[in-house]
Order: sequence, then C-alpha cells, then structure tokens
Amino acid sequence: MTNTFNKVTESIKNAPAWQQKYREIMLLGKTLPVLPDVLKTDDALVPGCESKVWMFVEFDLTENTLVVIGDSDTRIVKGLLAIILALYNGLTPEQVVNKNAYEEFEKLGLISYLSASRGNGIKAMVDKIQTMAQHKLS
Amino acid sequence: MPALKFDINKIRNDFPTLNQTINGCPLVYLDSAATSQKPQAVIDTMTEFYTYKNANVHRGRHTLSEQATHLYEQVRDKTAHYFNVFSKEIVWTKGATEAINLVTNGLRNRLDENDTIVISVLEHHANIVPWQILSQQTGAKLVTLPLNQDGTLETEQCCEFIKQKKPTLFAITQASNTLGNITNLKPLIKAAKDEGSLVLVDGAQGAMHLKPDLRELNCDFYVCSSHKMLGPTGLGVLYGRYEELNALDIYQSGGEMIDKVYLTHSTYRPAPAKFETGTPNISGVLGFGAALDYLNKLDHAQMRQYKQKLFSYAAQELVKVEGITIYSNLSDNIGTLCFNLNDEHPYDLATLLDGYGVAVRSGHHCTQPLMTHLGVNGTLRASFSFYNTYDDVDIFINSLKKCIALLD
Repeated sequence: MTNTFNKVTESIKNAPAWQQKYREIMLLGKTLPVLPDVLKTDDALVPGCESKVWMFVEFDLTENTLVVIGDSDTRIVKGLLAIILALYNGLTPEQVVNKNAYEEFEKLGLISYLSASRGNGIKAMVDKIQTMAQHKLS
Repeated sequence: MPALKFDINKIRNDFPTLNQTINGCPLVYLDSAATSQKPQAVIDTMTEFYTYKNANVHRGRHTLSEQATHLYEQVRDKTAHYFNVFSKEIVWTKGATEAINLVTNGLRNRLDENDTIVISVLEHHANIVPWQILSQQTGAKLVTLPLNQDGTLETEQCCEFIKQKKPTLFAITQASNTLGNITNLKPLIKAAKDEGSLVLVDGAQGAMHLKPDLRELNCDFYVCSSHKMLGPTGLGVLYGRYEELNALDIYQSGGEMIDKVYLTHSTYRPAPAKFETGTPNISGVLGFGAALDYLNKLDHAQMRQYKQKLFSYAAQELVKVEGITIYSNLSDNIGTLCFNLNDEHPYDLATLLDGYGVAVRSGHHCTQPLMTHLGVNGTLRASFSFYNTYDDVDIFINSLKKCIALLD
C-alpha cells in the first residue's frame, strides 16, 4: 500500500457520517489539477453514463510504472477518480494487477460506486488501468 | 360507483414502496416521470394470477385458459374505455417505445422523398430516433417545430409551420418528460389534420395525469406505457384509429397473428391481432387492469387539482432557493420540475440528495436535442405524482439546501 493512498483516504475512512464522507471526497477532487481543454477529447473519455471522465493511462519506461492522469466534470466522481489515481499511480504493472480496487473501496465504505449499475464510470476507470497493466505484462 | 374522495393518507397506504426509509430517511420519491410506484392492488393481481390463474390466452379450451383470456381481454376493454376508443383499436406492446417503433415500421413502405415528418425538439429519444430511421430508410424529410428558447411551443407559430410543411406525419409529445410542459395539442392536431397528416401523440407522461379522450383529441395514434401509470413494466399501449391501425404493415410475425399459413405464404388476422404475435405479457396486462381500476376509483379532477396545488407549492419553494434555475414552464405542467443549481453538475446534487432519501433524476433524461436547445449538458428533475405530499416537498427543499451547503 502506498503512503499517498493512505494519506489521501484517511479522512474519508474516518468520516463519521455520509455527509462528511462526500465532503472529503469532493475536497480530494479539488486537489486534482484541471485537465486543459485540449486534452478533454472524446478519445480520452471513459465510457460512463452521466458524468464525463477523461483519463490517460501511460507507461513510464524508465521507472517501469504506470502514470495515470484524469479529470471529471462532477465533483464527486472527480474525488473518486483522485482515490483511484492515488491507488494506482506509480505502481509497476505487476503491482497494479495485484491491487484490488474493490477491497480498497470496500474499506472506505464506497463499494457501491464500483457496482456495475452505478453509471458513473468508476468501474470503467479501474478497468482501463487494469487493461493497460495487463497489456504491459503480456 | 361514485368516485372516492381524494384522501392522500389513504392513498399513501396503498403504495407499499413509498412507506420505507432510504439511508435512514423516509423515502421521498420524486422520480415518477421515470416510473410510477405501484399500488398493492396491482401487485396482488399479478401474484394472484401466477398463484391461481396462470394459463396462456387465446389458445386452450380448458377452464384456466378461458378464464385468463377473459380477464386479459377485459383489460383491453378497460383501456379502450379509459381513453374513450374501441377495444379493437388497442394493441399491447412491450412499452411506449415499441408502440412508436410499430408505427414507424408499419409506415415504411408508404413513404418516399416527397413526404415530410414533423416532430418537436421536446421529444424523448423514443419519439425521435424511430422517425430518424424511417426518414433515412425512405428519404422522407424530418423537420422540427419551432421551439421558443425557454422550451415552450408557440401554438400559432407551430400551426403556421405545420400548414407550410404539410407533413405526412406529425409526432408530438402530450407532455415533455424532461420539463413536464403540457403541449397545447388540440390546435396542433387540427392544423395537421387539415393538411391530411397522420398524427401520433406520445402519451407516456400524459396518459395518467391528463386522462385524454382520444376520440376528442382526434389523433390517429397514441402511445403510452403501463409502468408510468401505476402498472407493471414491460407493457405498453398503442391506440390506432382503426382504419389507420389496420393499414399498418405487420411489425413482427409468428403465431397468433396469422389467419392461414401455407408453406409459401400466409394471411394475417385483422388488427389488433396481427400486431400481437407470440404469448403476450398476460400478467402485465392484468396488473395494468388493476392499475386502471385504481385510477378509475379516484376522482380524476380532484386528483389533478391536488397534484396541481402540490406542484405549485414545490415550484414556489424551489424558486426561493438561491442559485436555482428552473427550466420547466410552471403554468402548464404535469408536475415536473426541471432545474439546475448555478453551474453545478446535476450528478453531484442527485447523489447527495439520495443520501437524504430524496430520489430525483439527473442527466439528459433521454432528450439530448432539448438539452442542446436549452444550452445545458443535463439537469435535475423532480417529478411529482398524486401520491406525493407537502411533507415530501418540504423534505426535498430542506435536503436540497443541506446538499448545497455540502458543496461549499
């Protein structure tokens, strides 16, 4: 587990009520840099239902790690995206495939966001990262 | 039997889904434009059918089959009665969407590039895409009625437009699913009928609230959906003026819709049978019958009046919330508030409202052209029904204010 992830999600985990949880998620989203409009292309869109999520998954050859950046037009999804970035950024492809986002979201009390019926693209974001990692390993 | 007095407390008790808590808060269900909740009588009717009465219809001479057929056809009569049309003019479909597709498919061989189809920007995708495809397949021109910037239709301007375009087909919603705005149908239909157009009305939102007399409305086709009028999902109604309905080409083929089948060709039964192939949604039809019984027991005028007052109260309270923009026409509305908060994404507010047990819809509501017209990506939509209460409105508004505070 990366320290960054623990640090950024601590306040969410410790939030006493759902209101606080959402507030922390949204505050976390605010810490992500805004993607410039030129990068908000249709190709970068993660297929979701309601909210737009733009995500780029790249591979750093020298470090052998994944580099993920992204943005969303909603506060909550952007916060959830920030959690995903904190979870996977800087991991090697092996570490990525062994990192189960479901478990981490469960611990944070956010598992409902990963269910297939939630049309917010969180599952699709995780899938996009996992696909890239698997591609690098094969 | 005289209609019962409109008693909201009694009504609330008829809808088991409404009496529950979500996230520890009493459910405030403001998504009836997506689907209505179901009275216990509907649920019981369907359970009873599967428990004691299950049999296929129009097939057997045994007691259960005869009984099922009788009950099933009785609902066709009830539906015809509700809309003041003939039973043979009622076709069961799997939804309003399929009903529109049945019509567009049935007209395909009659159109060419000399024909014009008029629709409106207000339409649900289900009343746009099938016409688009029909236009692509036949070369017929597809044009839209002029729409004011605020999403309202100017009756005179629209009638003039129809007069100019002389459409072969005119398809229009009775009430916008996104805005709740009620269309002033009569003059538009008259203008279209004066030009010899076939007129289809999308009654998905209007069928329960407005209870139209289709004879008087004078449209050729009318579609609606059981699940938006207290009935189960998976059932829709297509009304067609008989000669126009029977003139439509068949949609799907197979058993029950045929008259004689030879190995080289077949002959078909007259409407509605020729559009109803395969085993129908029997339990759905019976459930819908119970929904109609329920609606018929209410005094429609009182129900509408109650809902109108409730809606006015909700609108009046929502207007007071700082930063809110309302897109709905508040003066002629079936009970839907379409709105945004400043430039906030509707997704965030809808998610937070759910935390307080308030169910609203967010997004484009299957009306992307309307969203483009209004210059937004999406909106929030709170849609009220006759089973909502003044408490629902207060909880909604208070929760909304708490959610707005969370966004700060």
